[in-house]
Amino acid sequence: MKLNRRAFIGTAAAAAGTFAAPLLVRADGHAKPRVVIVGGGAGGATAARYIAKDSNGEIDVTLIEPTRTYYTCFFSNLYLGGFRTMDSLGHSYGTLAAEYGINVVHDWATGVDRDAKTVTTAGGYTIPYDRLILSPGIDFVDGAVAGWDVSSQNAMPHAYKAGSQTELLRAQIEAMPQGGTYAMVAPPNPFRCPPGPYERISMVAHMLKENNPTAKILIADPKEKFSKQGLFEDGWSTHYAGMIERVGPDFGGDNVEVDPNAMTLSIDGEVTNVDVCNVIPAMKAGKIAEIAGITEGNWAPVNAADLSSKMDENIHILGDACAQGDMPKSGFSANSQAKVCANAVRGALTGSTVFPARFANTCWSLIDTNDGVKVGASYEATDEKIAKVDGFISEVGESADVRQATFEESVGWYDGITADMFG
Amino acid sequence: MSSLRNTISTVAIAAFAAVAHADVGGDAERGENLFRQCSGCHQVGAGAEDRVGPHLNGIFDSPAGDSEGYRYSNGMERAAAGGLIWTYETLDAYIKDPRSLVSQTRMSFGGFDDQQDRDDVLAFLRRFSDNPQDIPESAPTAVAVDHEIAPEILAIVGDPAYGEYLSGECTACHQTSGAANGIPSITHWPSEDFVIAMHAYKDGVRQHPVMQMMAGRLSNEEIAALAAYFKDIE
Ligand SMILES: Cc1cc2nc3c(=O)[nH]c(=O)nc-3n(C[C@H](O)[C@H](O)[C@H](O)COP(=O)(O)OP(=O)(O)OC[C@H]3O[C@@H](n4cnc5c(N)ncnc54)[C@H](O)[C@@H]3O)c2cc1C
Repeated sequence: MKLNRRAFIGTAAAAAGTFAAPLLVRADGHAKPRVVIVGGGAGGATAARYIAKDSNGEIDVTLIEPTRTYYTCFFSNLYLGGFRTMDSLGHSYGTLAAEYGINVVHDWATGVDRDAKTVTTAGGYTIPYDRLILSPGIDFVDGAVAGWDVSSQNAMPHAYKAGSQTELLRAQIEAMPQGGTYAMVAPPNPFRCPPGPYERISMVAHMLKENNPTAKILIADPKEKFSKQGLFEDGWSTHYAGMIERVGPDFGGDNVEVDPNAMTLSIDGEVTNVDVCNVIPAMKAGKIAEIAGITEGNWAPVNAADLSSKMDENIHILGDACAQGDMPKSGFSANSQAKVCANAVRGALTGSTVFPARFANTCWSLIDTNDGVKVGASYEATDEKIAKVDGFISEVGESADVRQATFEESVGWYDGITADMFG
Repeated sequence: MSSLRNTISTVAIAAFAAVAHADVGGDAERGENLFRQCSGCHQVGAGAEDRVGPHLNGIFDSPAGDSEGYRYSNGMERAAAGGLIWTYETLDAYIKDPRSLVSQTRMSFGGFDDQQDRDDVLAFLRRFSDNPQDIPESAPTAVAVDHEIAPEILAIVGDPAYGEYLSGECTACHQTSGAANGIPSITHWPSEDFVIAMHAYKDGVRQHPVMQMMAGRLSNEEIAALAAYFKDIE
């Protein structure tokens, strides 16, 4: 077992010569190694659960997460399309606390002292760690979309963190005048959930087709290509012909400005009045990663084998916030990385066997009722990065049965991954 | 008003339909063919044993959850405690939509939508219940073995601890509780069935892109380890 270095040095000084290791450990009250996890989402909740479950009480696990109910971003587009309720996307931390003995602290982490190995919280706590795992998801890059900042997120929601933003966006879509315009400013790479904006377009189109069939959808996109593009575009022309217009960078989709007061979107200087403007700005790692000083550019670089920071061996970064290589930023990826990290952290702290890293991802998207598609890949850890090994993608022209089975599978996946995260 | 009338007439039709099926019966030959969709998991006939699912000899008029030694899902245990008996009607409802009759069943089957299909399958199954003397001498109908693999591979004894680690790749989708909804349960499978199924994906015999990818990079030992873990998972 490993002693907490700071506890060891501090107490040894106080004990001044009457040195007895077991006493020291007890004196500090922490015989067990401590793991602190910041962020109870796809990465953090999974890591907390696996470390607690597999260490059988040998490791103290503290999970810091401000919200009491985690609303999954995955399937939040289906809420927009009317296929899910918001309640069905909410998950509490009760089981992690009650059945896995995880100390769930509902608070914001506001600081990390890497020398002292402590995390401070908005509520005024200082929590020591032997290993720190950060899975804070994303924040938005300031000034990424001209005219937009977080103070305009009520007029022009991003709905890229699920919950009230998603509900707001849906209410705005429902309130659109007949024949009105829904606009999306799509984000540049890399960003959370590469198919996410385009699944959203599908779901918004589904909703409008039912309630507002003359409405238009306008996408300003800074990217030349996007995930599952062939599948989405084929689906859009089948289900939503004439409704969706996408302006790529070749026509100025990368040169946009919004005015949240006037409700206008300007693409390459051409101004359009819009009724809903879903601005999804460029993204970066959740702020706490930057505060901890482990980011390089917008993301936190990690070693592939155990998701440890390239800048601090006692910190691991999971999910959207890390720069790891080839995996897309998805809930499936974060969950996969969390399990590899949990195994490595447990091994480092208790000497349990560390098995070689292996990763996988699959992202399902719904285009219309019972028209599901998927893309996925497997990955391995190399010295340099998490590297793709093999992959697959749904095909254009699959039978309705296959598409329906793919959708049903995604529903099963949702239940599976949320059980894997929250117990 | 009109909705009440609708309800009444639906009930009347349902009652009539139930009588009609019990009387008419289905085509057992056709049912035998349809049963191939079931035989990956269920055996029936002489020498049938519990596999992924319980054997189905004598299923008619037996209480639910009655095959001794088989580990039923909590959902099925509850239904059994609630007194569920497998009659023509309950079996018909179950194979139409397993989860609506027994919520949280591990049976990962979407259901036979077509009444004729259900009648035919039940006619086939009935052969092994009403008239046990009709049980053919032939081997049980299982084609759980849809893929040939070398005996050395089947003989590998898996390490459940390694399987537990590897299972993290499975549990992103498959629930350890055995709950199956769009993604099948893999909980408490006999090791042999597990190993054969995984090799069938690995060798590209079974078609499913995600499973082919996942199985494709598992070694023989790793597959055995997973089988050992899921067999006895709590
Ligand atoms: C519309 C949409 C659709 C999507 N669909 C899919 C899909 O179908 N499949 C899929 O796999 N992925 C999907 N995703 C992506 C997926 O949601 C993310 O990739 C995943 O949630 C990332 O996990 P994470 O742990 O990195 O971050 P998150 O799950 O976002 O968790 C981060 C948590 O950290 C907390 N936090 C942040 N800062 C602090 C702090 N300072 N202190 C304490 N706590 C903090 C937050 O409250 C949050 O709960 C989708 C995303 C969107 C937006």
